[in-house]
Amino acid sequence: MLEYFFRRLLGAIPTIFIIILVSFFLIRLAPGGPFDFDKTLAPEIQANLNTKFHLDEPVYVQFGYYLKDILQGDFGPSFQYKNYTVTELIAQGFPVSVQLGLSAMALALLLGSAAGILAAYRQNSKFDYGVMTISMLGISVPNFVMAPILILIFAIVFSFLPAGGWNDGAFQNRILPIVTLALPQIAYIARISRGSMIEVLRSPFIRTAFSKGLPTFYILTRHALKPTLLPVISYMGPAIAGIITGSVVVEQIYGIPGLGRYFVQGALNRDYTLVMGVVVFYGVFIILLNLIVDLLYGWLDPQIRLQARKT
Amino acid sequence: MNDLMPCGKQATMTSTKSALIQRLDNEIKNMSPLAKQILQLISLCAYILLASANCHAADVLAPNQVLHRGNGSEPQSLDPHKSEGVPSANIQKDLYEGLVCESPSGELVPGVASSWSVDKKGMRYLFTLRKDAKWSNGDPVTADDFVYSWRRIVDPKTGSYYAQTLAPVLNAEDIIKGTKKVTSLGIRAIGKYQLEVKLKGPTPYFIGLLTHSSTYPVHKASVEKHGNRFARVGNLIGNGAFVLKEWSIQSHILLERNPHYWDNKNTKLDKVYYYPIEDQSSELKRYRAGEIDIVEGIPISQMPWLRKNLKQDLRLTPYLGIYYFGYNVTQPPFKDNKKLRQALSMVIDRKVLTEKILRTGELPAYSWVPPNVANYQQVEYEWKAWPMSRRIKYAKELIKQAGYGKGKPLSVEIRYNTSENHKKIAIVVASMWKKHLGVKTKLHNEEWKVFLANRKTKKHTQVFRSGWIADYNDAFSFAELLHSNHGVNDSGYSNPEYDALLAQSAKEADIEKRRKLLQQAEKILLNDYPVIPIYYYMSKHLVKPYVGGYEDNTMDHHYSKHLYIKAH
Repeated sequence: MLEYFFRRLLGAIPTIFIIILVSFFLIRLAPGGPFDFDKTLAPEIQANLNTKFHLDEPVYVQFGYYLKDILQGDFGPSFQYKNYTVTELIAQGFPVSVQLGLSAMALALLLGSAAGILAAYRQNSKFDYGVMTISMLGISVPNFVMAPILILIFAIVFSFLPAGGWNDGAFQNRILPIVTLALPQIAYIARISRGSMIEVLRSPFIRTAFSKGLPTFYILTRHALKPTLLPVISYMGPAIAGIITGSVVVEQIYGIPGLGRYFVQGALNRDYTLVMGVVVFYGVFIILLNLIVDLLYGWLDPQIRLQARKT
Repeated sequence: MNDLMPCGKQATMTSTKSALIQRLDNEIKNMSPLAKQILQLISLCAYILLASANCHAADVLAPNQVLHRGNGSEPQSLDPHKSEGVPSANIQKDLYEGLVCESPSGELVPGVASSWSVDKKGMRYLFTLRKDAKWSNGDPVTADDFVYSWRRIVDPKTGSYYAQTLAPVLNAEDIIKGTKKVTSLGIRAIGKYQLEVKLKGPTPYFIGLLTHSSTYPVHKASVEKHGNRFARVGNLIGNGAFVLKEWSIQSHILLERNPHYWDNKNTKLDKVYYYPIEDQSSELKRYRAGEIDIVEGIPISQMPWLRKNLKQDLRLTPYLGIYYFGYNVTQPPFKDNKKLRQALSMVIDRKVLTEKILRTGELPAYSWVPPNVANYQQVEYEWKAWPMSRRIKYAKELIKQAGYGKGKPLSVEIRYNTSENHKKIAIVVASMWKKHLGVKTKLHNEEWKVFLANRKTKKHTQVFRSGWIADYNDAFSFAELLHSNHGVNDSGYSNPEYDALLAQSAKEADIEKRRKLLQQAEKILLNDYPVIPIYYYMSKHLVKPYVGGYEDNTMDHHYSKHLYIKAH
């Protein structure tokens, strides 16, 4: 297991290098630079700024500097937010994104799999149809539509939740963003777990359990749950990465100081170091998350564990 | 909180003032002479006290003086010399104070300088600094602080985006270029509280320039100690009415009252929150939910709803800015074709754009310098007064002479940065050109930085969108943009006569003569048609009715020290 872990980790290095390489040159290909404004700087000042950030040197030399810094764990100073380094910005934004993303995912896992499993157990009942209809709605309504609707209802009409802001992570400020992020995930997970449960319920070992006369609740939780969750877990890996890295819209609408906003703002401002920092950080994060999911998968499914050992 | 309650009490007293005085008068009539005198003295004192209460007479202050302001995007920096953009400047106005300050209505009033004088040539200023001006750690603000700070701004090593603000100061431009030493800057401390500033030419707007955040002083000791990190919580020492308490990036910035500020007794707010909210509809929702008291920007699409439902909160004020289209006069078809440029400008019905498309009270523009600019009177196109039919007829003739017509229709491209509003305006302009002159127009939108880069190179552009907001209240702030050497002259316009008039105006000390020179220059500019003025900007805010001390002004500057929360 440990060997497998390290082998995968080593394998990630070239991937990360390619991520750095491509994004480094890609952002520099975009016209306009970090110091282009509708006002123009005096040429001498522009030159000084370029020297300070090595922008006056050939791109491959800049790349060399960047690699050197990054190996020392230094993402450099932000071009835009001058009083902060990129590392500081990531350290401030990432925990917020993670907290929101994980809370939303936990909520989604809980509600989604419960709804999905019950729907599967009562297949073709009114409850089943209800869950599936609502989940279709949850999937098809994008979060930039859902968020304003939730704000309108809960913050403006009934005014018992704030319309936005982070307020240092106060509980009431988290509710709406978490719900917005969780809704489509609940829907997805409900559908996946329903499908999976239907399959599991038809398998011989469940039939055996039923014929033994075991109580339904016991069968569902002790025998059926684990295999049912397998496809959910494999979905969760990329989904968690996606929800943490892709909550840009939700962060923007609710004014949440997460990492996603830096991604967009950094790109728009041509804040090279910030964009690079976030890309590299996300890259590593996603790779790690996939690794964890694979390990978890092995623990859940003995067949996979076996295969991993054989290869 | 120290002087809030008394102020509130005084204010309530005002409403019952007349009744009280009448009763006093009746009592006085029946009293002995000595008692009369004493009472008169008391009533006089009371009256002076009432008059000196500086909040509006009818306002009772709320016990909780906390203001929540929307502030557009996250400020780049709170270092006044290293930032660009309105969000940073808004907060810096509260954290620092320059030599000159502004009243709520935008008039220039003494700041750190209690008074100043200028010599006859208008080239040497002498500022007297107030002795009670202090940094937020209690250190006195001295003339040396300004010498240090201004040298820091123009020092090319600092890399200040706004170093050019101080260009009128003697040797500043050479220092920025690196050809002269920083110490040669025309600023000198005479003792602790006198400051002498020498200019390279008479600059009537110089005092106004000193309200710009890039001229604010910084605290030398903390800059030297903390370097790039001095403008952060715990390190930042300012001299404004507020101090930096919390800075949670992309969430909020919290300022608190600065007890060391010389005019602290008149500051009413205890706390000010600034929220970076780029998304205007999110900002509006938070305003409606009561979380924000002042909205920085309004989504135009919500305007009809706002007019109907939040009319009393809506603050639309003209301010010194112009929205325009520029021609690239260095490339065909607009190169050396003034008649074509004129024809296209004439057929644009600006009234339709402002009244039907924008609907936020903007004024149609027929000149380069907006109205209400200090020491100036607008020069406008003669055809402004013509009916549209006559303008169209005239333009049709012009475009024929320019070499375009039915046999050879003109096709042009309007380039703009991606935005719903710019798109709407470009579409309407294109349809007017098509309808009246048969011009085929292609619309081309680009992301902001790409757009800026293309506009600057002057290779791909034909007609491009642009806008300008004055840094200081003077016609020169607009006139200089189209000087042939100016960095923002993306039209590539160059007229030696125009440049000469600007140079002449920069040497002219007589305000009247200078005005005439600038007007003459504007006339030449307008007749050369390098740009199409479209409308003058309006500042648009929503302000809760319980926010007191807020006055509309043409610079759109609203210092928190003037604001307060009324009981509500």
